[in-house]
Amino acid sequence: MTDKQTVHRPLFEIFIRSKRGLDHKHVGSLHAENAQQALEYARDCYTRRSEGVSIWVVNSGDIVASQEEDAASFYDPMEDKPYRHATHYVLPDSIKNM
Amino acid sequence: MKDKQDDLINYVIALGDDSLILGQRLSEWCYHAPFLEEDLALANVALDFIGRAQMFYEYASQLETRVLKENARSADQIAFLRDTRDYRNLLIVELPIGDFAFTMARQFTVDVFNQLYLQQLVNSTDSTLAAIAGKAIKETDYHLRRSQEWMLRLGDGTDESHQRMEKALKELWGYTAELFTMSAYETALLRDGISIDRTALCSDWRKIVTELLQQATLKVPSDEWQVTGGREGLHTEHQGDILAKMQYLQRTYPGLEW
Repeated sequence: MTDKQTVHRPLFEIFIRSKRGLDHKHVGSLHAENAQQALEYARDCYTRRSEGVSIWVVNSGDIVASQEEDAASFYDPMEDKPYRHATHYVLPDSIKNM
Repeated sequence: MKDKQDDLINYVIALGDDSLILGQRLSEWCYHAPFLEEDLALANVALDFIGRAQMFYEYASQLETRVLKENARSADQIAFLRDTRDYRNLLIVELPIGDFAFTMARQFTVDVFNQLYLQQLVNSTDSTLAAIAGKAIKETDYHLRRSQEWMLRLGDGTDESHQRMEKALKELWGYTAELFTMSAYETALLRDGISIDRTALCSDWRKIVTELLQQATLKVPSDEWQVTGGREGLHTEHQGDILAKMQYLQRTYPGLEW
């Protein structure tokens, strides 16, 4: 019971595909002993109201994230390049979304 | 004909009682499980069993209506307004939750049994029972997947988890015999292919349970003692306790709904 390892189980990020043809979306994270258990807990925590048809679990430690301090060099240069957006095209009425 | 109808009602209610009492026991872990994810998972399993009980009781209520007309009981009345001796559940499901090892050991032994039982019940000549079984078996496959993993994890885990698991198995082993004991009404319905021959499931159950326990480095307890009686309404002292908690609201405010 005092074994700290049993308390600090690894964290997993959960991705759910809600319908065939749609992408897996990040829905949250949970702790589990291993990926297999994470998959089962994801089923119990995130799909109990029929939210999904497929689940991905990813060890949170395996995710490489961009850093806040890189924001200036990563994102700011794009702010003054509106010509990269397709907003100036007029969409035909029959196309609802693009 | 009347006797046959009574046998069927008794049988359906007994199956409902097994589900309701186990579901009620599992729900006691809600807010008390070792960690949040397991808390939610256990509550889901509990709800599966309570949902199953509801299907059995609704069917029993329909059957009663055919015979008793307006004097028939509703599903809620069957669940909440009977006394200890009128409950027909197996003793193994009424035992207190104990520690997490006991809860999982009980769940595992019952899940293996349920899987074998429901695989047969889907072929019942009673189409309603077959339909309930068809829905329940999918849930049970998942329950077993979970309880099996916990047996392996705890049995082949730390010294403490191993010891707790062995103790749990020893404590509940004598109650497993009742899983394979036929009640009079079940035997009567067997000829028409409505009920299932429990006794025939014993060897498969033993084989599956023994293999998994060996894999989990756990000893199969010896058959030193066994108790039965739930199907005749002869319960352990724990049944009154669980009913007192479960029925409190309906007893205090009869007919209350939300």
